Amino acid sequence: MSLSAPTCIGASVSRIDGPAKVTGAAKYAAEYVAPDLAHGYVVTSRIARGRIRRIDVSRARRVAGVIDVLTHDNRPQMAAQDDAYRDDVAPEGAPFRPLYNDRILFSGQPIAVVLAEDPEAARFAATLLGVDYDEEPHVTDFLGQRDAAVAAPKGAFGPPPARGSVETALEAAPVRHDADYYVPAETHNPMELYATTAIWDADGRLTVYDKTQGVQNAHTYLCGVFGLKPEDLRVMSPYMGGGFGSGLRPQYQVVLAVLAAKALRRPARVVLTRAQMFELGYRPAMIQRISLGADADGTLRAIAHDAVTMTSRYEDFYRQETGWSGLLYACANASYAHRLARLDLPTPCDMRAPSAATGVYALECAMDELAVALNMDPIALRLKNYSERDQHSGDPYSSKNLRACYEQGAEAFGWAGRAPEPRAMRDGDELIGWGMATGVWEALQMSIGVRIVLSANGHAEVSCATSDIGTGTYTIMAQVAADMLGLPLQDISIRLGDSTLPRSPVEGGSWIAASVANGIAATADAIRADVLRLAQGLPHAPLAGAGPDDVELAEGCVVSRADPSRRTPIADALRHARLERIEREHLTEFAAPKLAHNTHSAVFAEVRIDEDLGLIRVTRVVSAVAAGRILNAKTARSQIMGGVVWGVGMALHEETLIDPAFGRIMNANIADYHVPVNADIHDIEVIFVDEPDAEINHLGVKGLGEIGIVGVAAAIANAVYHATGTRVRDLPITLDKLRR
Amino acid sequence: MTQLQTTEVPAAKNPSLAPPDKLAVTLIVNGVEQTLRLAPWTTLLDALRDHLNLTGTKKGCDHGQCGACTVLVEGRRINSCLTFAVMQDGARITTIEGLARNGVLHPLQQAFTDHDAFQCGYCTPGQICSAAGLLAEGKPLTRDEIREAMSGNICRCGAYPNIVAAIEQAMGRT
Amino acid sequence: MINFDYVRATSAADAVSRIAAFPGAKFIAGGTNLVDLMKEDVERPPRLIDISRLPLNRVEDIQGGGLRIGALIANADLAGAPPVAQRYPLLGDALRAGASGQLRNMASVGGNLMQRTRCCYFYDLATPCNKRRPGDGCSARDGLNRAHAILGASVACVATHPSDMCVALAALDAIVHVRGPTEGRALALTDFHRLPGDTPDRDTNLEPDELITAVELPPKGFAEHYSYLKIRDRLSYAFALVSVAAALDLDGDRIREARIALGGVAHKPWRDARVEDAMRGEPANAATFGAAAQALLRDARALAHNAFKIDLAARTVVRALTQAARGTPQSQTDKRIG
Repeated sequence: MSLSAPTCIGASVSRIDGPAKVTGAAKYAAEYVAPDLAHGYVVTSRIARGRIRRIDVSRARRVAGVIDVLTHDNRPQMAAQDDAYRDDVAPEGAPFRPLYNDRILFSGQPIAVVLAEDPEAARFAATLLGVDYDEEPHVTDFLGQRDAAVAAPKGAFGPPPARGSVETALEAAPVRHDADYYVPAETHNPMELYATTAIWDADGRLTVYDKTQGVQNAHTYLCGVFGLKPEDLRVMSPYMGGGFGSGLRPQYQVVLAVLAAKALRRPARVVLTRAQMFELGYRPAMIQRISLGADADGTLRAIAHDAVTMTSRYEDFYRQETGWSGLLYACANASYAHRLARLDLPTPCDMRAPSAATGVYALECAMDELAVALNMDPIALRLKNYSERDQHSGDPYSSKNLRACYEQGAEAFGWAGRAPEPRAMRDGDELIGWGMATGVWEALQMSIGVRIVLSANGHAEVSCATSDIGTGTYTIMAQVAADMLGLPLQDISIRLGDSTLPRSPVEGGSWIAASVANGIAATADAIRADVLRLAQGLPHAPLAGAGPDDVELAEGCVVSRADPSRRTPIADALRHARLERIEREHLTEFAAPKLAHNTHSAVFAEVRIDEDLGLIRVTRVVSAVAAGRILNAKTARSQIMGGVVWGVGMALHEETLIDPAFGRIMNANIADYHVPVNADIHDIEVIFVDEPDAEINHLGVKGLGEIGIVGVAAAIANAVYHATGTRVRDLPITLDKLRR
Repeated sequence: MTQLQTTEVPAAKNPSLAPPDKLAVTLIVNGVEQTLRLAPWTTLLDALRDHLNLTGTKKGCDHGQCGACTVLVEGRRINSCLTFAVMQDGARITTIEGLARNGVLHPLQQAFTDHDAFQCGYCTPGQICSAAGLLAEGKPLTRDEIREAMSGNICRCGAYPNIVAAIEQAMGRT
Repeated sequence: MINFDYVRATSAADAVSRIAAFPGAKFIAGGTNLVDLMKEDVERPPRLIDISRLPLNRVEDIQGGGLRIGALIANADLAGAPPVAQRYPLLGDALRAGASGQLRNMASVGGNLMQRTRCCYFYDLATPCNKRRPGDGCSARDGLNRAHAILGASVACVATHPSDMCVALAALDAIVHVRGPTEGRALALTDFHRLPGDTPDRDTNLEPDELITAVELPPKGFAEHYSYLKIRDRLSYAFALVSVAAALDLDGDRIREARIALGGVAHKPWRDARVEDAMRGEPANAATFGAAAQALLRDARALAHNAFKIDLAARTVVRALTQAARGTPQSQTDKRIG
């Protein structure tokens, strides 16, 4: 192992998939072609609850070019048991089955797919279906259902156990803060439309190009739903135009494409519209009640965090919003509750930093309000309650350099120049506000398989069934492999996004970087041992007697660590054994860490608000992140920057609007569902603080996909308060809310 | 009562179910003249993607709300999803596939790579074509002006600061 | 989108005769709004008549002052045309405030005049909408109406007109020239769009067989004292919550003439001649501007979710007038409100 002097790991390397992406050569799921391709257009329900009495497809079928219309009445066989539809990340419940029966569970539910020779004919014919419904009353009004919400079932994501006695501590606390914080439903809106192209091969096997964050999850799911033998199906997703959690579960277009391919015995493609994508899942709306009790010096005495979140009627989706509050700060008394409002909507799903983006938003706004009540600097309050241990388990951290995040972030931002009073900083007609917040996420790692094929010509192919959804996985895999194999970066090629490759979990939770990097390192260890054994087969072997740990791969050779002049070229070792290549596939498993492990951040935001009109501009953000070893300085910075942009959207723009009268999403397009545009984003500075971690995993990697968004909305909300003296506790903070 | 999924407006209560008449459409795409037979309802975007297999031009919303489909028509950036191909008969069209020359990346393509001005890559061809159209307008641009002028290209990965930096780099070169 | 056929008009006369001969046909120029609505099946024309190649894209000086703008010039080209930049910068700024660089390269002046509302119920065919099908009812009135009208709305419709360009044209007293099968006529821009009343399906007073050929600007361009101030939920590429086109002709610090048009608040760009008349001779100061804003919004009525727009509109009027009086119009790139 060449960790003694890594040259690629950590470097600011441009994406190896960059040239494909900037030239248009990178192919996404809807861009694979086959002769005789049938095009599917989905028809969706206009009611939110009830039954389909009848679907009249006669006019649609008469449209020139229409091949067939699939509905629950005439679709090919699908599995009858819920289990078949459950995927790796399914919540408890009965998963939605596309075109399964006449039951309408939500407005926008697919009820038919029109198949035609060209997409325009399919789209036209889709408008001609006549549908009779037996409509039933629906309920989609989340706020109206707050009191009817039921306790979340106990499970992996249920609230953690309480500690101490919160009620007593709150009563005794000299300073208290209690407030409700509202986050609306939000929609991922990756740029690529959800799409699947399903193509038969000559032997009757199906290759499915799908937009998914987990090719093997989709593979297992499709095998279950359609009773396919695993070897008869291959799921591919080498490029994915953004996921952000929306592609963790197999989405319905993949089922419809396979149904179409089976029904027609032709290749088939189904592309969803932007509007249809709003029904694939969303970050659930939630109301969070936070109660904090503190001593006059800021010492936290009690934290209570209650959440009510929305879910569908058929699955109980929930994540642990409340647990972050009791984790982050030293506090003897903490309690949590989580209730679910079951509505006639599709099931929510994970969306970037699920639970933390929202839970920490509420906590960190509440901490800001507590700091105001205490007349304390917001950073001082957080440092006062800084915890060197995971407050749930009591375990110390494998590494936690949040303190450096506060220090370096504050320094870079110029926090010391902040006037503490609200409305104290201005520039002409603009009020200036500075706010900060803490961010926290998990540092997870999952079992992962990696195959390395090392060729005598000095090239290595590294493969794993993981995905690169824009996260930079291709590039960091190549960087780690280059260092571990002692080869130049350009001699590494990466394959991923193919269900036939070694086992990978879905690409989510920020766990892939740590998992696959260490997986590559472990597999490279086996390769190194192989090369050494072969090198020792040479006559007068320079490395005779050396063990695998005595050597490293470097400069195309296997080299003695103690005496680098003792070395054998890899090519010589392989060719002597008459091998053109050696291959290793290794499943890396991670023992449950003995120590607590999280990533952290400190986020600082400046807003400028026109005092008279309320127009808000986020003019500066500094995000200081502690996330272990950074594998690629360039792509890591981009990851955090992207998270910050998401935080700006969460704070100021994003809201999925549901009309309770119709149970429909009324802004299901990206003109009316606002995400930040270029003009909304100004200076973003990203700092990675040193956080060596010899415990978490061999390479000390923690992952970055989620931490960038966590805390951003709170920092902005706190800055808005600091600028205006108005506390807005319901996102997004639109200008009208500054003047209620 | 049977409801049509869509509430029809009076203009076309009974639209024709017959095959659309196809028209000959000539497009000069990336310098190559191509004559296609297309129904009027085929957008320029779909003609490029489905008929010429130039899938570098992306469909992100199909309604002019995201900019992923941006191409250059006679050197001007437009949303190819909002124009019918028949309307562009005879036009010179440049797509992302037409920017690199002899295997050398266009300065914007190189700058986007250097500055990590994309993540998932899906909005990228549209961003680059949009920036190319912007630079072709030939005005000097402040950073604020770049931000505003590029606001018709949504990047959900949030690469905006890097996109601005990439455009500034390309401006220095061109 | 329905199956439609396509013809290309060879002249304005040809265009008009073709549309008269085919009820339900529509003209298409830039396509930015019509193609969107056709994909949503809100518009279902069985025939499109392509007018985009007609030679109606010139900007010409009119003898004695004034400017004649061909209906087919692209919004971007109009914004950049020297006479607009020099003599009618309010119009240029309003054009730049709208849509995106790409869309402005496509959208025509005539198409911008014909732009239809962004009301979400108008777009969603699963919900009733009187504008889409008269008699079905208005879903917005008791629905999600944060973006909807505060002025001039009716029981039948509370939609707003989304254009920026038209707001500036209204302030500039523009005249719309149209051509029918037998004759041409001219309409004041302020009479071109309609209030919804009980016929919200009709956006404008244009007859179905008429073609917009040009927009005429009178000589007075207010190039010294103007501002286009657009307030929206994000800083670009979004429709206005409220926008104001303000123009002043000052005699020292006295107002010789004032023009104020509001966007995003009604079914048409909103002007009130009485308010402008009352400003004549008054000092160009905060008191005058505040009184004008109050008077403009006097008859404003809020729905459940848009009450904020009344106060926001009033404040935006005052600010835009202040910018205009100062001679410091709102920048369309620096998003700080000056």
